Amino acid sequence: MDFDWLLLFEVSLAGLGTGGLYALTALAFVVIYKATRVVNLAIGEILMLGAYAFFGFAASMALPWWAAALGALAVAGVFGAVVERLVIRPMLGESPISVFMVTVGLGSMLVGVVELIWTADPHRLPEFMPNTPIFIGEAFLAPKIGYGFLVAAVVIAAFVLAFRYWRGGVALRATASDQAAAYSMGINVPGVFSLAWVIACMVAAGAGILVGSIGGISSTMGVFGLSVLVVVIVGGLDSVPGALVGGLFIGLVEALAGSYLGGEFKLLATFTLLVAVLMVRPYGLFGTREIERL
Amino acid sequence: MRIASAKQTYAADEALFDSAAQRGWFAVLLLALVLFPFAANQYWAYLACLALINVISATGLNILTGYTGLVSLGQAAFMGVGAYTVAVLEARLGTPFLLNLLAGGALAAAVGMVVGIPSLRVKGLYLAIATIAASIILHFVFANWTAVTKGVSGINVPPARVLGIDLDTPFKLYWVIMPLAVLMLLGAANLFRTRIGRAFIAIRDRDISAEVLGIPLLRTKLMSFALSSFYAGVAGGLWAYFFRVVTPESFPLIMSIFFLAAIIVGGMGTILGAILGAVFMTLVPELLKLGVGLVSPFWPNAAVVLSPVRTVVFGGLIVGFLIFEPQGLAEMWRRTRRFFHLWPFKT
Repeated sequence: MDFDWLLLFEVSLAGLGTGGLYALTALAFVVIYKATRVVNLAIGEILMLGAYAFFGFAASMALPWWAAALGALAVAGVFGAVVERLVIRPMLGESPISVFMVTVGLGSMLVGVVELIWTADPHRLPEFMPNTPIFIGEAFLAPKIGYGFLVAAVVIAAFVLAFRYWRGGVALRATASDQAAAYSMGINVPGVFSLAWVIACMVAAGAGILVGSIGGISSTMGVFGLSVLVVVIVGGLDSVPGALVGGLFIGLVEALAGSYLGGEFKLLATFTLLVAVLMVRPYGLFGTREIERL
Repeated sequence: MRIASAKQTYAADEALFDSAAQRGWFAVLLLALVLFPFAANQYWAYLACLALINVISATGLNILTGYTGLVSLGQAAFMGVGAYTVAVLEARLGTPFLLNLLAGGALAAAVGMVVGIPSLRVKGLYLAIATIAASIILHFVFANWTAVTKGVSGINVPPARVLGIDLDTPFKLYWVIMPLAVLMLLGAANLFRTRIGRAFIAIRDRDISAEVLGIPLLRTKLMSFALSSFYAGVAGGLWAYFFRVVTPESFPLIMSIFFLAAIIVGGMGTILGAILGAVFMTLVPELLKLGVGLVSPFWPNAAVVLSPVRTVVFGGLIVGFLIFEPQGLAEMWRRTRRFFHLWPFKT
């Protein structure tokens, strides 16, 4: 009976590292949902767009990595603004099914466009993170996952602070809690919608660069969005703490299931967990319970 | 121009076809369906079978999503349940064709009801994601329950035998698929003239009000799930006979999205919508292929971009229809009809 505690610790660390990226992407999802009540199924594809834009700038145009990253964020931001204005704004107020299907369609278009430009073959992103292995105690952590987690943590922290203190963040929270009241306080609500989409797409693109630098990029990267979907549903669609806790938790569960049961159990474990959570708390662990009235 | 159609009884008001002209056109349509395979070559018979299978499944999804308002992304997985049931029964036991299809439908309906259980507590998009979970779990079962499903290598299905004839070409299978499709479509159309169908619509419009009116929510929602999955199961069974091999990868999540897209493009909550949408969405990739064939003499790379272009067009159709024609093709059809009804007074 010598259970390998070190292995468990390493697996958990790697899981939490991936979980940080989940949390980051989930944050992007939650921002969009809070502001515009749109369940954005294209989040995985936006993440892919960011990674490919980075690849385009860094590999094809040979820019230094920081310039490429900025460029990718800019591309994603512009994409978010255009999509919000042209596709999402006309759909607001339609039935949730329609809005959600619009994002599915958008995702499909993004995949097609990316395949048209860069073909469907997988690529590797240029290395830009330090390559020395990280040891925590005796446990080894892949440097990319470790640094990815650090970056994600910094961005999330910046985000939470901005959400709390920055004018735009306050406007966003006001819009989320009561649109009519936000209007009457002089908040530019459509502006907030745009802002939410731009910021969320940039965050997703940033997460895409990190994810791509860990596992390479391909046009099926959008599957990452499926796990993020589990994260936000488990955490609650409209809850920032839910996204963070859910992200780390799902990352952990996935890593444990993957290394102790086998890779094919990863999605099974997370989705079974999802069903279990939905049965007990249909609005997620931290989500707002909606009271229905006639 | 048609002035009006005066109705004197409730029965006449809710009849499926309200005029002799409509009945006449329906007869013409049936005749066309019967004559079609004699006029068509192998390729068109193949497409017709595929389109009809998709029509059956899309109609099932339409019952659930279009009429009951419960979004499901599990339709392909339910089709998989039907297909695997048929494959196992046909390959192992060799039971008769119709019995296999019924068993496939029934098992899919049972699975659908289990998946539908959360629908009382979980609504809207949460439910859509719960059905994604169901389809992931079912995919896992297909891939890993090797004793029954033979894992990733899949099951080869012998051709269906009816009256001693092996139905091994699309032309022969058409004679089974077409009548089944017509039967199931008429069934679906009639469903919404009954109490149960009306209850579905009431739930879609406002489920709490429906409950106040005395509709048992859980039972009716489960019934909707069961019916919809039954259609999917039968469609899946036909799919198994049509492609003759069933693997776990045959029913991916994107296929569920395809059916949802089909009923959106066709028009949710109308029988005609599911038909038009499914046929349209089946034909679009073929049209693109045709287009590639046309331009490839001038642009030899055209075949390479076919797959991405198909993905873009698929997404573009969903987005375009939702923004510009949310009622779908069925509404366009209605507008055309109205034009001729009112002509020449209002155009």
